[in-house]
Amino acid sequence: MLQEHARIVQFISLAKEVTGRKKLQKMVYIAKRMNFPFAEKYELHMYGPYSEELTLRIEELCEMGFLAEQCTDKASYVQYAYNVTETGNDFLDTADQPHPNLSICIDRLNGKSSRFLELVSTLLYFDHLPKDEQITKVHIVKNKLNFTDEEMTNAFGFIEELQRQSLQ
Amino acid sequence: MDYKDKKLVEEKVFKDPVHRYIHVRDQVIWDVISTREFQRLRRIKQLGTTYLVFHGAEHTRFQHSLGVYEIVRRIIDDGFNGQAEWNDEERMVTLCAALLHDLGHGPFSHAFEKVFDLDHEKFTQAILLGDTEVNAVLRRVGDDFPQRVADVIGKTYPDKLVVSLISSQIDADRMDYLQRDAYYTGVSYGHFDMERILRVMRPTDEQAVIKSSGMHAVEDYIMSRYQMYWQVYFHPVSRSAEVILIKILHRAKDLNESGYSFAQQPVHFQSFFNRTFELEDYISLDENILLTYFQIWMKEKDSILSDLCTRFINRNLFQYAEFDPATEYRKIAELEKLFKEADIDPDYYLLADSSSDLPYDFYRPGEENERLPIYLQMANGDLSELSRSSDIVDAISGKRRTDHKIYFPEDIFTKKQHENPLYAQILQLLRS
Repeated sequence: MLQEHARIVQFISLAKEVTGRKKLQKMVYIAKRMNFPFAEKYELHMYGPYSEELTLRIEELCEMGFLAEQCTDKASYVQYAYNVTETGNDFLDTADQPHPNLSICIDRLNGKSSRFLELVSTLLYFDHLPKDEQITKVHIVKNKLNFTDEEMTNAFGFIEELQRQSLQ
Repeated sequence: MDYKDKKLVEEKVFKDPVHRYIHVRDQVIWDVISTREFQRLRRIKQLGTTYLVFHGAEHTRFQHSLGVYEIVRRIIDDGFNGQAEWNDEERMVTLCAALLHDLGHGPFSHAFEKVFDLDHEKFTQAILLGDTEVNAVLRRVGDDFPQRVADVIGKTYPDKLVVSLISSQIDADRMDYLQRDAYYTGVSYGHFDMERILRVMRPTDEQAVIKSSGMHAVEDYIMSRYQMYWQVYFHPVSRSAEVILIKILHRAKDLNESGYSFAQQPVHFQSFFNRTFELEDYISLDENILLTYFQIWMKEKDSILSDLCTRFINRNLFQYAEFDPATEYRKIAELEKLFKEADIDPDYYLLADSSSDLPYDFYRPGEENERLPIYLQMANGDLSELSRSSDIVDAISGKRRTDHKIYFPEDIFTKKQHENPLYAQILQLLRS
């Protein structure tokens, strides 16, 4: 009955730790777009696809004691990191097992920067459009980030790699 | 004269209980309202299952859409027009986006989208850009006009001021639904001084802001929203009805997947069951159709589907109990086990539901927040984030409130608890 909560705890458990709220948002979105079963609904926001439901779920899971949130002051900004607590691991005993490919997907995502995942997730958000229009959209909604052609090429390549290991 | 600028011979008005009158002078707006896709919104209720609690809440997305249009029209024509920061070339795209922002909502959209993994925003885009009557009207303005309207609604439009009128923490959408939902539910919360807010709203390059003297009107608006969420939108009985609705759709979908033979073929759902639906299948659906199926399914031989439909139609809803997932997740597992032993499927009869709301939030640089704050424009022209000036708003900023409940058919257990000791055990655990 709490499977949707459990999937997020499992996600962070498989990642061991996720650093940055933005990064976590993008990682779950990309995994969802690779057909892994996450229920959180996404909309386009300031940093690309963003889920208010996921923000809520994370806050809830921290309040429940299943996730631990560490807050680090980085002078110009505050960074949050998440990992699973002992109680969280106990809670996971009541949950269904995740698909084995999820772990591979999470490892690949966690190794990338927040900026790169922001680009990948925004491209995926517009993936119903032809490639050139996807790029144009990214430049409109992320005009302050000045993504280079090289970053775009790398992002498209990364999406193709992920899709090969996605759930069909 | 361009079609975009063409005016009706006489102004048309819709009588409206919230704004008194909705004024239409533009031919484009009149033509959009007359399309079948927009008229369909008359058959989609604004508040879904809330009418089962607040009986007045039968108002529709058609009414709300007109209301949002009227607020935006007033902001532009009575407020922004002639100001340097406002480009009047954006007037028509803004009005159309206001009118059409909810075009893709389906019947009981929250439940329907959840079960069939759909997104009404994608349907809004598809209706605007597809082979539809709305698209044909918008294309008469210009080949790129449907895409421009879609971009405003999708928040990818280059002019951020235009986007902020439809989608921000103080936008025309929220201002209409709070007042309209308050009016139709009959509650006394939800009212605020919109006239004052419209008078003190100012355009800037990035978004609409509020003249500092209007701060108290904005405080009232934020408190109204807070009250409406907890008193109306998250009402536990209305959530019970929604839980049953979701489970009806789940059951019908699961039965179809298992090869079950319905007494009457659910033709309107078939393409959604199979995920082969096309835009026309979606546009053809409305709440009347869903409710007709629920009536038919009350007599279906599958006892779960017929029971859930009978409960929904006759408003015999599930009972609820407070639930703390942090400490009671083992209890849930225990309940699921007992339900199965008692031959009651927990997938359909034992459900957890959470509600949560963040009344207002502001962006702190670097904190990775995603919401545009409300800004006050000070006397010297500087912008100041609302909670810096307002103690009331500061007190609730970033404060999220969450409520967890479990829903279950108490009537089944109470009626037969003397016949079946498992039922008594389940009741005891649910009430503990």
